[in-house]
Formats: sequence, C-alpha cells, structure tokens
Amino acid sequence: MSTQTNELRLNRSRIRPGRIIAWTLLFIGGLLMVTPLLYMFSTSLKSAGQVYDLRLIPLEPTFNNYIKVLSDGRFMRWFFNSALVAVTVTLSNVFFDSLVGYTLAKFDFRGRNLVFIAILSTLMIPTEMLVIPWYLMSSKLGWLDSYWGIMFPGMMTAFGTFLMKQFFEGVPDDFLEAARVDGLNEFTIWWKVAMPLVTPAISALAIFTFLGNWTAFFWPLIVTTSRELYTLPVGLSSFAVEQSIQWEMIMTGAALATIPTLLVFLFFQRYIVRGVMLAGLKG
Amino acid sequence: MATTAQTSSQGATRKGRTGFKLSLHGRKVVWAWTFLALPIVFYCWIRFYPTLSAFWMSLTDWDLLRPANFVGLANYQKLFADPLFWKVFGNTFLYLIIGTPISLVLSFVIAYYLDRVRFMHGLIRALYFLPFLTTAAALAWVWRWFYQPIPIGVFNDILAMLGFPAQPFLRSTTQALPSILVTGIWAGLGFQIIIFMAGLRAIPSTYYEAARVDGLGDWAILTKITLPLLKPTTVFLVVFSSIGFLRIFDQVYNMTTNDPGGPLNSTKPLVLMIYQTAFSSFQMGYAAAQTVVLFTILLAVSLLQLWVMRKR
Repeated sequence: MSTQTNELRLNRSRIRPGRIIAWTLLFIGGLLMVTPLLYMFSTSLKSAGQVYDLRLIPLEPTFNNYIKVLSDGRFMRWFFNSALVAVTVTLSNVFFDSLVGYTLAKFDFRGRNLVFIAILSTLMIPTEMLVIPWYLMSSKLGWLDSYWGIMFPGMMTAFGTFLMKQFFEGVPDDFLEAARVDGLNEFTIWWKVAMPLVTPAISALAIFTFLGNWTAFFWPLIVTTSRELYTLPVGLSSFAVEQSIQWEMIMTGAALATIPTLLVFLFFQRYIVRGVMLAGLKG
Repeated sequence: MATTAQTSSQGATRKGRTGFKLSLHGRKVVWAWTFLALPIVFYCWIRFYPTLSAFWMSLTDWDLLRPANFVGLANYQKLFADPLFWKVFGNTFLYLIIGTPISLVLSFVIAYYLDRVRFMHGLIRALYFLPFLTTAAALAWVWRWFYQPIPIGVFNDILAMLGFPAQPFLRSTTQALPSILVTGIWAGLGFQIIIFMAGLRAIPSTYYEAARVDGLGDWAILTKITLPLLKPTTVFLVVFSSIGFLRIFDQVYNMTTNDPGGPLNSTKPLVLMIYQTAFSSFQMGYAAAQTVVLFTILLAVSLLQLWVMRKR
C-alpha cells in the first residue's frame, strides 16, 4: 500500500520548479538543524586561540582538547556509568515490559483489566511528582549515590508494557497452542515462541529506553552527589560549570557525550526511525 | 538473569504444590500471577506508594530536619500567595503556548514536503532527526555558547557582520526565555517530523486517487483529506509536545547555571522551582505541593486529549 502511495505522490508532484525549490529549502533547513552539532565538533578541534574564529573547518585541527578532557579519566568513568545504567535498565524493560505485556494480552484471568488499567494509570503520574518520595526512600534505604539508586525508578515502564501488549495481541493463538501441545511450559512459550515474533517491537522498546536513559538528566542529578557516580549528562554539566569560559573544552565534553548516540544512529538508522514511528503510532 | 531463574523456579514450586488437579485454565491463571508478581510489587512500591506519599507530604511542613507536621492546605495557600509561583507559572505557560504551536507547524510543514522528496530522502530526514538523539544537557551548552556576547557568541558575530546591533539574549529578562525556547523546539522537532511522516504514510492512497479523479488541487487535498485524516497524529503530538514544554528543565538548568532560572527568574519553569525548593532549600512539603500542582496541570492536558479524541 505504501509503495502505491509513493508512486501516486511522485506522479502528482511532477511540477519541476516547485519541487526543486521545495527540495532546496528542505535541504537548507536540514543543514541548519545540524549546525549546532557541526559547530560543536568544529570547536572541539580548535585551540583556545581559534575559538573566536567562526570558520566551520578549523585552520589547524587538533585533538589536544580531547586528550586533555579524557586524560584525568573522569569522562571515561561517566561514560561507563551511563552505559551501565542505560544497558541494565534497557534489558530490564525488555524483559519485564514484554512479560507483563504478554501476560495481559494472552492470558485470560479475573483481575486482568484491573492490573492493566492500574499500570496504564501510572502514565499520568509525572516523574517530577515522584522524585521527592524516591529521594526520601533512597536516603532511608541507602540507595543515594549508587547505581541502583539511579536505575530503580525506570526498571519497568507502563509505556513499554502498553507497547508490547499491543504487539503481542497480534500474535496468533494457534502458535502458542501448538507449543502448549508440544509440552512447553508457559515461560518457555513466551521466551522461545512469542518473543521472536515481536522483534520489531522489542527493538523499538530497546531503542527508546536506551536513548531515554542515556540522555536522562533530572533524576541522576538528584540522586548522585559524588563525582564518581555521575552519569555523562550530569558529569558534563558539572564539568562545563567548572570550565566556565573555556568553550573549546566545553564543546569537547559535549561532543564526547553526543558521539555514542550518533554512532548508534549511523549503524541502526533504519531501525531507529522505524522504531520511533512504531512506538509513536502504537503508543 | 537472576530474576529469570527466580521467576521460573517460583512458578515451578507453585505448580508442584498444587499438583496436577488444576485444569489447563487454572494452571494458566497461576502462571499469569507468577509472571505479574514482581511487576505488581514494583508498581505498588515505586509508583503508587510514592504518588500517595507525595500527596500526603504536600499537606505537611517536612524539611528533612524535623519530623513532619500535618499543616493542612497551608503549603497550597503559601504557594498561591507567592509572587514567584505566579511568575514561574506564567513562564511555564509561555513555554507551552509559544513552543507547541511553533514546533507543530514547523514539523508538519517539513514532514509534508519531506514525504514527497525522493532525491536524498534518507540523508535529509537524518539531518532533521539527528538533534533528537543528542543529550539535551550537552547541546544546551552549545546553544548557550551561540548566545554569548561578541566576540564569543556566534549569533552576535553574525548580527555584527550584517550590521545589526548586538543582542543580550540570555542576559536579558525579555530575550532569555525565547532564546531557551528555541533550543527546546530544536531538540524536539526531529521526533515530531518522524511521527507526522508516519501519520502521512498511514493515509490510504485510495483517498488521494479519489480526490484526484474529482479534480481537487493540492491545497484542497491538504485541507479536505490530509489534515482531517491526520487528526489522531496531530492530537497525539499536541499533547506530547505540550507535556514536554510544561516539564522543560534540562535546557533551562544548563543554560542558566550561574543563576538557575534567571535573569531575575525570567526563565524559571515550574520543574526548576520544584527542584530548588526540594533540593536546595529542602522544603520537601512545600515542593511536594508544587508537584501536585504540576500533576494537576498535566492531568488536565491529558484529559483534554481524551475528550478531543472522543468527539471525533
């Protein structure tokens, strides 16, 4: 259906000059969108004396800023913290959100709707309302300034559960019945039979969770107090304050925080765009 | 991994204990509750209990030092009598009322034309989408640098080159909020464009064919077919983006670190006020009352969405 739509649109818009103008404007707009990124990278390759030079391509590019920023190991530590937190939370969401979504989609039991509505209702509660109780809870239980403290609020999400439920509803019951007849237990049926059938949804969920946690700022800022446990965004923010007007160093730090997600995007572009579309439409 | 083993062994013992008397249906019910056990604990402990606790705290004078006393609605009275709150409320509303329409119109126009472009489609789409993948806290610093005075700031250098007077941007009580808002719009635009494009793709081509047979022009097709059929996507994005602007924090915090929410509170949104009340002055009860107000506003926006969707 979508190729048909495309062909039609192609035919409809054969008016040449208009198309060329539209294309040019779109292209210029796109370049403007990435200008902040280009300047960030460009300045990170300039020495302190060249920062005021507006040229996008540095006259004498140098990696000295990167060497300086990385030399004391702080950024590596923050990088590791962010990666550990984002990966763990993503794995947890892929496991639990799928399991709960599957249970709510494929099992028939009293209280199912109640559980579903209860979970869904948590979408209405903003994080900002929960951070104060979370903070007090963490301080009582000794979770402040720990990896678990950063991670625990996001281990399961209603959004992910809802997304996975939507997709599991599209899995034919016959597949699951056949597996049941073969004597597989319910956990194995979910993990080995149902999960492989919804891989697009899993990748959408994984991408969203990873990105959200990699860029998360508010809660990590609150729960961490020692430098060693900062995540990359919080670490970068404190680093930038400390550098005050050394913009080439701040740009280098910002570039370091951005490079990982850009690399992920380069490799998984198609999955990411499709994942965002899937999550946006179904969620 | 440990949890996997735990869940399955828990299921096994329960099944063993009840034996083979259970019907297939009964066994499935046991499995269902086994799967849900840990998540139910999680949602009760990490979502529902803290929610109730926030409501309760908002009725106390808790400040971390002394035990909490019940003070009724005193925090709310104090809040609604506080000129800072109304300033902050106004700022938050400005972020919402300017940010949402601009970002929606921009993203729709871009998505509409991008959808028809074939030449280098993937590259152009990637250019628009990339900012969405960046860390808001990091890129806020890039924008902050752009807004610096001559000779550091890029914007002022460009203005000077074109012969315009330099602008204070983040140092002005009137320009700071729009300057931060531009950063916020920029950061969210890519996502909205992608969602609009998905919505456009989902419109069946038969509608367009029929319209062309009837001799409708591009404009008529846009207003009579595309926009009405796109309504669910638009409503979703209006709500999504409104909630985003009502909760703006990362950009404001990082672009005004020397005086968070400044100059003179002219950029301070509600979430930054909550953050400072709770984690700089440790007035937990008062901050909790502010979060309840935020919750009420967000709830109203979501209910409005449901209402609009139902009327369709």
